[in-house]
Amino acid sequence: MKEIFEILEQNGRATPEQISTMVDKPVREVEKIIKQAEKDGTILKYKTIINWSKLSEEDIWALIEVRVTPQRDVGFDAIAERIYQFPEVHSAYLVSGTYDLAILVRGKNMQGISSFVTEKLAPLEMVQSTVTHFLLKRYKENGETFHLPKEINKRLPITP
Amino acid sequence: MLNTKSAPTQARDNLISQKVTSLPPSGIRKFFDLLSSMEDIISLGIGEPDFVTPWHIREAGTYSLEKGHTMYTSNSGMPELRQELASYLELRYGVSYHPEHEILVTTGTSEGLDLALRAIINPGDEVIIPDPCYVAYPADIILAGGVPILVPTNEENNFVVRATDIEARITKQTKAILAGYPANPTGAVMSRKEADAIAGLAKKYDLLVISDELYARLVYGAEHICFPSLPGMKERTILISGFSKSHAMTGWRIGYVAADRRFIQALAKIHQYTMLSAPTMAQVAAIEALRNGESEVEKMVQEYNRRRRLMVKRLNEIGLPCFEPKGAFYAFPSIKATGMNSEEFAERLLLEEKVAVVPGTAFGPCGEGFVRCCYATSLSSIEEALRRMDRFVKKVG
Repeated sequence: MKEIFEILEQNGRATPEQISTMVDKPVREVEKIIKQAEKDGTILKYKTIINWSKLSEEDIWALIEVRVTPQRDVGFDAIAERIYQFPEVHSAYLVSGTYDLAILVRGKNMQGISSFVTEKLAPLEMVQSTVTHFLLKRYKENGETFHLPKEINKRLPITP
Repeated sequence: MLNTKSAPTQARDNLISQKVTSLPPSGIRKFFDLLSSMEDIISLGIGEPDFVTPWHIREAGTYSLEKGHTMYTSNSGMPELRQELASYLELRYGVSYHPEHEILVTTGTSEGLDLALRAIINPGDEVIIPDPCYVAYPADIILAGGVPILVPTNEENNFVVRATDIEARITKQTKAILAGYPANPTGAVMSRKEADAIAGLAKKYDLLVISDELYARLVYGAEHICFPSLPGMKERTILISGFSKSHAMTGWRIGYVAADRRFIQALAKIHQYTMLSAPTMAQVAAIEALRNGESEVEKMVQEYNRRRRLMVKRLNEIGLPCFEPKGAFYAFPSIKATGMNSEEFAERLLLEEKVAVVPGTAFGPCGEGFVRCCYATSLSSIEEALRRMDRFVKKVG
């Protein structure tokens, strides 16, 4: 079953027929497993990884370290929720170490991100401090590399 | 006048050794030449992984270069590597070799094959090989001064050589049986029962077995039988293998031989006068592969298995019946229904649909009526290749 998800994680467009052949299970069973996974949230969404720089429409990203004060009963979750609801927040994680929340923010330009930080994030009551790191270059994301040529070495067309 | 003209010609005729002259040209070469002049080809004709060597292994090789480990190693190979190999064979197949005396690190499995044959063959000795088989088997036997004896295999017995067929060809000259399972070009895997029967023959007729287990790790829902692990076979088996297929390390040229010490001594003698030692950085990389490479091997095997199922199913659907290959990364479909012979099929498929496969006859006469399709290529390439093959089969059928 895990294999079905591994295939879909690599290629969201793999059809149940293709997957059924690859994992040697009946198509209907594969369809059932996928449907169930879509329902119960094992599969959250099918997305595409776009290399936006190809379209010269690169937007600006920043990784923000956030130190917060945890609250009684709900710990970090309530403040995390208040933060990740902002549409600017692409990803949010609770981390161990010198700060508490790591959030990845996407903006149209530097101005957009800085106003998000100064006007929305920093003023939040529980937020003690923030450190903003603008992303300069993307090398690898979700297991895909951006700058390496896909085919590093060409194999000879016929070998014994 | 006439003399001066004929003398150099005479000399030229003798320039190349008769053994070399007598070797048949490689059936693959012709296709290679044809291919190099074409574009947009999907090749199922490749006999190597499409994965690049896992990064941690490449990194180990690079690091050894950075540290300046650029000298020869001991002839037999780095002691750490031999130790790792001994543990690996013991753990995985339960056959124990003394790292110092019973293991030799070679420049690819190909060197091991050549050494094994040269070490045991006296002029005229016969070596039994399955037909079809890896292209180098008959050639290397001839170069070593032996005589290859082909034992036909076919679809009915899943291209596994049968003990009864071998027995029928045993003569006083028979020295050894050379076989490689999982097999190139068929993807066939030998069952324990079949291996036991051959082991029985080897003992009965006092024959050696050279077991080429390069594809040992690439088996799908089948057990790999390590020949020397069979009762009483370690003493008479020369096991040759390497890292090319299991760890996607073809270009590193690194392999090994494991055998009883009297064989290793003989092989090492030739090795020390010819190759000296296997590439040092490749040996360092191989140590890393054995120590930390298992999860990467498993990932690749799982990926091959998906492609294998896809390819075999599609080949059968488009009317090129294919037995289930349980090892290596080849499918060996029959193309008899098209009415063409293997070469004609491969050539027309290449010219008309730009898909490269290798005609079965490149691997021996029993390969007639079949082509080798390698599925060590991306899923999308496999699908596109099979779409084109489908169109081709419909057109000619």
